[in-house]
Amino acid sequence: MNHHPGAWGQPLPAHAQFDMFNPGQSYRQAPKAAPITHTQQPLVTGTSVLGIKYEGGVMLAADNLASYGSLARFRDIQRLHPLGKQTVIAASGDMSDFQWLKKELDSILREENGLSLTDSHPSLSPQHIYDFLANLFYARRSKMNPLWNAMLVGGWDNKKNESFLGFVDLLGTTYSAPTLATGYGAHIATPLLREAYEDKAGIDGKGPLLTAEEAEKVLADCMKVLFYRDARSINKYQTATVTSEGVKISDSKSVETEWGFAESLRGYGAQNQ
Amino acid sequence: MALFDQRPAYAHEPTVAPIEHRFSPYSDNGGTILAIAGADFAVIAGDTRQSEGYSIQTRYARKVWQLTDNATLATNGFAADGKNFVKRVKQRLEWYEHAHHKPMGLKAIARMIQTMLYGRRFFPYYVYNILGGIEEDGTGAVYSFDPVGSYEREACRAAGAAQSLVQPFLDNQIYFKNQTPAPGAEAFVPGRLPMATVLGLVVDSFTSATERHIEVGDGLEMYVVMKEGRQTTDLTDEGQLPAGMKVEELGSMGEGRGEKTFLVSMPLKRD
Repeated sequence: MNHHPGAWGQPLPAHAQFDMFNPGQSYRQAPKAAPITHTQQPLVTGTSVLGIKYEGGVMLAADNLASYGSLARFRDIQRLHPLGKQTVIAASGDMSDFQWLKKELDSILREENGLSLTDSHPSLSPQHIYDFLANLFYARRSKMNPLWNAMLVGGWDNKKNESFLGFVDLLGTTYSAPTLATGYGAHIATPLLREAYEDKAGIDGKGPLLTAEEAEKVLADCMKVLFYRDARSINKYQTATVTSEGVKISDSKSVETEWGFAESLRGYGAQNQ
Repeated sequence: MALFDQRPAYAHEPTVAPIEHRFSPYSDNGGTILAIAGADFAVIAGDTRQSEGYSIQTRYARKVWQLTDNATLATNGFAADGKNFVKRVKQRLEWYEHAHHKPMGLKAIARMIQTMLYGRRFFPYYVYNILGGIEEDGTGAVYSFDPVGSYEREACRAAGAAQSLVQPFLDNQIYFKNQTPAPGAEAFVPGRLPMATVLGLVVDSFTSATERHIEVGDGLEMYVVMKEGRQTTDLTDEGQLPAGMKVEELGSMGEGRGEKTFLVSMPLKRD
């Protein structure tokens, strides 16, 4: 007998036989739904995001471009997103997956915030949000339906009184380091970030960390190099800082660039000599 | 041979399907792990570099995990699978302890790992596991697994990026392959080397692998599991280990028989 509530009071249709191995679906056809679609490739994409730990906090940077292939489609997109008072996420990869993720995370945070009003419910730390993201990304890749992003999570842990910086991507790969970068930035910015970090803190990271001004300077340098070399970047970016004071996301800014040398370049395209 | 003269019809047709970029759920994060069993101890070691292609993602990501007082697991391959597999193993160990009021024994953990791996036979965890620790009879033991659960108990095993560099060295030094005892001397017995010798072999394996393999380096973590009541002075006393090594005793994880686990760590070259 089919004990599924959906089948209560339903007569067995003519010629239908009860399938004892699949009682839920034996003779009641599930309503025809739209075909399940998975993200097979990213469509509207953001390029690299960067992150670095500094004295008293963590700083993230991402430019404002969302590309459609090689078309610079949306040039005022914010790819940094605050989650509560101690966490910021930065997204590269598919922007529609990122928008869905923002909506999802905001709803979780709203619920958590509501709970924290009624009892001594602890607020979500950066580590909690990072673990959630890691589990979500890994679960989605395991369903062969990935969220096509590489994300950085930056935060300040008020309990441990230390900064947090973590990476998670569409495969569910996770790791942590004092400086992080996704995509093209992993190749171009990581050496610059590590050099700046280790020059001061040493390779064991035990020395003094960069100041906020120094961190902002090295991020600006990296964004400049990325703008010079990454064809999917734009010279308009934002930084986010998380300290014990909370989250600050800057207005959009640009770096000074120099193109005068281009006049004298020879060997790339039409020239008379 | 006439059978083979005619090529099948599809061989003449040009490929018309567009090149498909299908999502691949796997990656290889490099690194190497290694474990060696002694008479009353086991050493389980791994480097701390995590990489993808030519990029070093981080210089510190752990690959070796203490499971119980007498078992430590090393994972290598796809890091996301490794982390989640270890999480699942630890969860099963906790359930076991709630059900039976004792920690799971080493060989039981080994069999559990094989069923967990084989349970994912058709969407495998892309992870090579090496389990080391103290058996119920008090002997040091190493179990090695392939990604779908084939396993065996051994005296030593290397896995990962530099397996092909390290395993032949261990075959020679641990299994005494291609060595002959001096005339009149006792026959070789694998798995009976003193701890100082074993730690020396582990360090040499990793420093050498670091020299010759780009995915190995940054740091070395060696977990030493010792039988209950065994002298620990050969590890903890001043001057027992080469300079630059850090020794940390990891506290008991529950109601074991008193086995002790130590974490010995040292830096490796970063280039």
